[in-house]
Amino acid sequence: MNISKEKKSLVIAGSLTGVISVVLVLLGNPANMGFCIACFYRDIAGALSLHNAAVVQYMRPEIIGLILGSMLISILRKEFKPRGGSSPVFRFVISFFVMIGALVFLGCPFRMVLRLAGGDLNALVALFGFIAGIIAGSILLNKGFTLGRSYQQTRVEGGVIGSIFLAMLLVLLFIPSLLKFSTSGPGSLHAPIILSLIGGLVVGALAQRNRFCMAGGIRDVFLFRDTTLLTGLVMVFVAALIMNLLTGNFTLGFNGQSVAHTNWLWNFLGMALVGYGSVLLGGCPLRQTILAGEGNSDSAMSVLGMLAGAAISHNFGLASSPQGPTTGGMVATILGFVILTAIALVIIYAKKKEEAVHGS
Amino acid sequence: MEVDARGLSCPQPIIETKKVVDKKVKELTVLVDNIAAKENVSRFAKAMKYEVAVEETDYGWKLFLEKR
Repeated sequence: MNISKEKKSLVIAGSLTGVISVVLVLLGNPANMGFCIACFYRDIAGALSLHNAAVVQYMRPEIIGLILGSMLISILRKEFKPRGGSSPVFRFVISFFVMIGALVFLGCPFRMVLRLAGGDLNALVALFGFIAGIIAGSILLNKGFTLGRSYQQTRVEGGVIGSIFLAMLLVLLFIPSLLKFSTSGPGSLHAPIILSLIGGLVVGALAQRNRFCMAGGIRDVFLFRDTTLLTGLVMVFVAALIMNLLTGNFTLGFNGQSVAHTNWLWNFLGMALVGYGSVLLGGCPLRQTILAGEGNSDSAMSVLGMLAGAAISHNFGLASSPQGPTTGGMVATILGFVILTAIALVIIYAKKKEEAVHGS
Repeated sequence: MEVDARGLSCPQPIIETKKVVDKKVKELTVLVDNIAAKENVSRFAKAMKYEVAVEETDYGWKLFLEKR
């Protein structure tokens, strides 16, 4: 098989993303957290006082960069196509539980790959959970699950989420006193603002151009044995692994990993919930963030759902800590599976009924 | 045969296309309205040994799939 142009581009983009991720850690981000979409929304929720967990509060410029980078490149390449209206409230709810699952594991799929590249074997357990969740979600899609079609929206609507994050950037730069900043813990560890922002802009543009999707890569392999999208993911891993080995940031094992716990069952289930929800949404937290930048209102709802999920997670003690998962987190994860499955079954049932009436 | 995958989020355009392809249809058209869907469906079709021709339309793209 000859290597497609698409694949070559993914190899370059993936490698660059892996390198940038480790560089951000060297510049000050928490270990294996050059990027973590879930953790960063959690920190942003904290910076906005949506929760009061003092150790995870920071207006992460990486997220602002991802959204604006995706927005700028999509406008330049005439791919900024505002769409929306595909079950926005369901999307909010699903994203909410995706965030809860991610915070039980302590990372989104992107950070899972970075944790693996740092030698954190807990992330390997989570990867199996993630795959299991994707398979479960794919079964529902095959059974007819859909959140419905999206429709064209105005360019103004498409630009709202980018404008909100641009405003956040201005607040961070010029009126930081409005925000909360951790003085200890993961929230206090960060690269200089401008470098985080540039890292986010570059990765945001790369991810937009290459349709990076952690869930999509795995899905294509199962669905039709195509490894194109997976290549991007693998290259992020390989590049970050090499960088970690070169800079002495590689520690193989389960114990003593940074911002991680060793409870295998809940690492598995937390990430399974993320995989499950991501397939129902049509993309992992990173992809949702990039699509929001491209003007997709439904993904912008996902971003808001993730922020709300993060706030509730910390306000109600659902998020895990390095000591392990909490009882509340376990209950919320199970509840997440139940609610997402219930939503899916209701939608499938309603669709079948409608087809029976109108004839398919 | 025609698959209208406009406005569907990833990966539904592929799944809807696959449902038709699985019936061993020789020729079909797929309507998509976003780049990711256009690329995903094209990649899928090529993997299933279909030739893919793309036509730009007002709403997005029309993909013509023909079995090789």
